[in-house]
Amino acid sequence: MAILNERDRQELQAQLKILTGPVKLVNFTQELACQYCRETEQLLREVKELSDKISLEVYNFQLDKEKVAEYRVDKIPATVVEGSKDYGIRFYGIPLGYEFVPFLEAVKDISRGDTDLAPETRAALAEVREPVHLQVFTTPT
Amino acid sequence: MRLAHQFALESDFITGDAVEATEFPHLAQRYEVRAVPRTIVNETGAIEGALPEAQFLEAVLNAARKKD
Repeated sequence: MAILNERDRQELQAQLKILTGPVKLVNFTQELACQYCRETEQLLREVKELSDKISLEVYNFQLDKEKVAEYRVDKIPATVVEGSKDYGIRFYGIPLGYEFVPFLEAVKDISRGDTDLAPETRAALAEVREPVHLQVFTTPT
Repeated sequence: MRLAHQFALESDFITGDAVEATEFPHLAQRYEVRAVPRTIVNETGAIEGALPEAQFLEAVLNAARKKD
Protein backbone atom coordinates (compact mmCIF):
# COMPACT_ATOMS: atom_id res chain seq x y z
CA MET A 1 0.00 0.00 0.00
CA ALA A 2 1.24 3.48 -0.84
CA ILE A 3 2.26 5.80 1.99
CA LEU A 4 1.30 8.98 0.15
CA ASN A 5 -2.31 9.16 -0.95
CA GLU A 6 -3.34 10.58 -4.32
CA ARG A 7 -4.04 14.02 -2.94
CA ASP A 8 -0.64 14.19 -1.13
CA ARG A 9 1.01 13.04 -4.31
CA GLN A 10 -0.57 15.74 -6.44
CA GLU A 11 0.15 18.48 -3.93
CA LEU A 12 3.76 17.38 -3.56
CA GLN A 13 4.25 17.10 -7.27
CA ALA A 14 3.08 20.70 -7.63
CA GLN A 15 5.43 21.85 -4.85
CA LEU A 16 8.39 20.00 -6.33
CA LYS A 17 7.97 21.73 -9.69
CA ILE A 18 10.13 24.56 -8.34
CA LEU A 19 13.18 22.30 -8.05
CA THR A 20 15.98 23.53 -10.23
CA GLY A 21 19.10 21.57 -9.30
CA PRO A 22 19.41 17.84 -8.72
CA VAL A 23 18.76 16.36 -5.30
CA LYS A 24 20.08 12.95 -4.32
CA LEU A 25 18.42 11.00 -1.53
CA VAL A 26 20.71 8.36 -0.03
CA ASN A 27 18.90 5.83 2.11
CA PHE A 28 20.53 3.37 4.52
CA THR A 29 18.35 0.47 5.48
CA GLN A 30 18.23 -3.18 6.48
CA GLU A 31 15.63 -5.93 6.31
CA LEU A 32 15.43 -7.02 9.91
CA ALA A 33 15.39 -5.40 13.33
CA CYS A 34 14.51 -1.96 12.01
CA GLN A 35 10.93 -0.91 12.61
CA TYR A 36 10.63 1.87 10.04
CA CYS A 37 13.30 0.96 7.46
CA ARG A 38 10.91 -0.54 4.96
CA GLU A 39 8.43 2.35 5.18
CA THR A 40 11.21 4.91 4.91
CA GLU A 41 12.55 3.34 1.73
CA GLN A 42 9.04 3.16 0.31
CA LEU A 43 8.32 6.79 1.17
CA LEU A 44 11.55 7.90 -0.53
CA ARG A 45 10.71 5.85 -3.61
CA GLU A 46 7.30 7.52 -3.78
CA VAL A 47 8.83 11.00 -3.38
CA LYS A 48 11.44 10.27 -6.05
CA GLU A 49 8.69 9.46 -8.53
CA LEU A 50 7.27 12.96 -8.16
CA SER A 51 10.19 14.89 -9.67
CA ASP A 52 12.79 14.11 -12.29
CA LYS A 53 15.23 16.25 -10.29
CA ILE A 54 15.23 13.72 -7.46
CA SER A 55 17.30 10.55 -7.51
CA LEU A 56 17.53 7.82 -4.91
CA GLU A 57 20.29 5.45 -3.86
CA VAL A 58 19.57 2.72 -1.34
CA TYR A 59 22.30 0.97 0.64
CA ASN A 60 22.29 -1.84 3.12
CA PHE A 61 23.54 -0.63 6.49
CA GLN A 62 25.16 -3.97 7.30
CA LEU A 63 26.67 -4.81 3.92
CA ASP A 64 27.58 -1.53 2.22
CA LYS A 65 30.24 -0.58 4.73
CA GLU A 66 32.14 1.73 2.39
CA LYS A 67 29.06 3.90 1.87
CA VAL A 68 28.21 3.82 5.57
CA ALA A 69 31.71 5.14 6.28
CA GLU A 70 31.61 7.66 3.43
CA TYR A 71 28.34 9.16 4.67
CA ARG A 72 29.19 8.66 8.35
CA VAL A 73 25.76 7.30 9.26
CA ASP A 74 25.53 5.49 12.57
CA LYS A 75 21.90 4.39 12.83
CA ILE A 76 18.97 3.46 10.61
CA PRO A 77 16.75 4.27 8.88
CA ALA A 78 19.00 7.09 7.68
CA THR A 79 18.31 9.47 4.82
CA VAL A 80 20.99 11.79 3.47
CA VAL A 81 19.71 14.68 1.37
CA GLU A 82 22.48 15.97 -0.87
CA GLY A 83 22.81 18.29 -3.82
CA SER A 84 25.90 19.32 -5.73
CA LYS A 85 27.73 18.08 -2.62
CA ASP A 86 27.00 16.47 0.75
CA TYR A 87 26.06 19.36 3.02
CA GLY A 88 25.87 17.18 6.13
CA ILE A 89 22.08 16.98 6.25
CA ARG A 90 20.62 13.77 7.67
CA PHE A 91 17.25 12.42 8.73
CA TYR A 92 17.32 9.52 11.18
CA GLY A 93 13.96 7.78 11.42
CA ILE A 94 11.14 7.99 8.94
CA PRO A 95 10.71 11.60 7.74
CA LEU A 96 6.95 11.61 8.11
CA GLY A 97 4.56 13.54 10.34
CA TYR A 98 6.30 16.47 12.01
CA GLU A 99 9.47 15.75 10.03
CA PHE A 100 7.92 15.68 6.59
CA VAL A 101 7.79 19.46 6.13
CA PRO A 102 11.45 19.94 7.18
CA PHE A 103 12.34 17.08 4.84
CA LEU A 104 10.58 18.80 1.97
CA GLU A 105 12.15 22.14 2.83
CA ALA A 106 15.60 20.51 2.88
CA VAL A 107 14.95 19.05 -0.58
CA LYS A 108 13.92 22.48 -1.90
CA ASP A 109 16.81 24.38 -0.25
CA ILE A 110 19.36 21.85 -1.45
CA SER A 111 17.97 21.91 -4.97
CA ARG A 112 18.60 25.63 -5.23
CA GLY A 113 21.78 25.40 -3.12
CA ASP A 114 20.72 28.37 -1.04
CA THR A 115 18.78 29.32 2.09
CA ASP A 116 16.52 32.15 3.28
CA LEU A 117 18.81 32.98 6.20
CA ALA A 118 19.39 36.63 7.08
CA PRO A 119 22.66 38.25 5.93
CA GLU A 120 23.78 38.60 9.60
CA THR A 121 23.23 34.89 10.16
CA ARG A 122 25.19 33.98 7.04
CA ALA A 123 28.03 36.27 8.10
CA ALA A 124 28.16 34.68 11.56
CA LEU A 125 28.08 31.16 10.09
CA ALA A 126 30.92 32.06 7.73
CA GLU A 127 33.07 32.64 10.82
CA VAL A 128 32.57 29.09 12.10
CA ARG A 129 35.86 27.22 11.72
CA GLU A 130 35.36 24.25 14.05
CA PRO A 131 33.03 21.30 13.44
CA VAL A 132 29.57 21.81 14.94
CA HIS A 133 27.25 18.82 15.08
CA LEU A 134 23.56 19.59 15.60
CA GLN A 135 21.15 16.80 16.51
CA VAL A 136 17.55 17.95 16.57
CA PHE A 137 15.23 15.54 18.35
CA THR A 138 11.63 15.53 17.20
CA THR A 139 8.59 13.26 17.43
CA PRO A 140 6.20 12.23 14.65
CA THR A 141 3.24 14.21 16.02
CA MET B 1 14.56 21.62 12.50
CA ARG B 2 14.77 23.57 9.31
CA LEU B 3 17.24 26.07 10.78
CA ALA B 4 19.70 23.33 11.71
CA HIS B 5 19.62 22.08 8.13
CA GLN B 6 19.93 25.60 6.72
CA PHE B 7 22.96 26.18 8.95
CA ALA B 8 24.46 22.94 7.60
CA LEU B 9 23.78 24.04 4.04
CA GLU B 10 25.40 27.39 4.71
CA SER B 11 28.53 26.18 6.52
CA ASP B 12 30.92 23.37 5.59
CA PHE B 13 31.71 22.95 9.30
CA ILE B 14 28.13 22.39 10.45
CA THR B 15 26.21 19.13 10.15
CA GLY B 16 22.52 18.81 10.98
CA ASP B 17 20.73 15.60 11.95
CA ALA B 18 16.99 15.28 12.45
CA VAL B 19 16.50 12.44 14.91
CA GLU B 20 13.10 10.89 15.46
CA ALA B 21 13.11 10.48 19.24
CA THR B 22 10.62 7.61 19.50
CA GLU B 23 12.59 5.48 17.03
CA PHE B 24 15.84 6.02 18.94
CA PRO B 25 14.79 5.88 22.59
CA HIS B 26 18.34 5.16 23.82
CA LEU B 27 19.50 8.46 22.30
CA ALA B 28 16.48 10.33 23.63
CA GLN B 29 17.41 8.98 27.05
CA ARG B 30 21.12 9.73 26.70
CA TYR B 31 20.43 13.34 25.69
CA GLU B 32 17.62 13.76 28.22
CA VAL B 33 14.95 14.56 25.65
CA ARG B 34 11.77 15.25 27.62
CA ALA B 35 10.18 17.70 25.20
CA VAL B 36 10.75 18.34 21.51
CA PRO B 37 12.34 19.86 19.65
CA ARG B 38 15.54 19.57 21.66
CA THR B 39 18.80 20.34 19.87
CA ILE B 40 22.06 18.81 21.04
CA VAL B 41 25.17 20.75 20.06
CA ASN B 42 28.43 18.78 19.89
CA GLU B 43 27.19 16.15 22.34
CA THR B 44 27.20 18.47 25.34
CA GLY B 45 25.18 21.62 24.69
CA ALA B 46 21.38 21.62 24.55
CA ILE B 47 18.81 24.03 23.17
CA GLU B 48 15.20 23.67 24.25
CA GLY B 49 12.32 24.37 21.90
CA ALA B 50 12.07 26.02 18.52
CA LEU B 51 13.78 29.41 18.58
CA PRO B 52 13.70 32.27 16.08
CA GLU B 53 16.70 32.41 13.74
CA ALA B 54 18.80 34.99 15.60
CA GLN B 55 18.34 33.31 19.00
CA PHE B 56 18.98 29.86 17.59
CA LEU B 57 22.20 31.11 15.99
CA GLU B 58 23.36 32.64 19.26
CA ALA B 59 22.48 29.50 21.22
CA VAL B 60 24.32 27.26 18.75
CA LEU B 61 27.44 29.44 18.74
CA ASN B 62 27.44 29.72 22.54
CA ALA B 63 27.01 25.99 23.00
CA ALA B 64 29.74 25.25 20.45
CA ARG B 65 32.18 27.56 22.23
CA LYS B 66 31.55 25.93 25.59
CA LYS B 67 32.99 22.59 24.54
CA ASP B 68 36.52 24.02 24.63
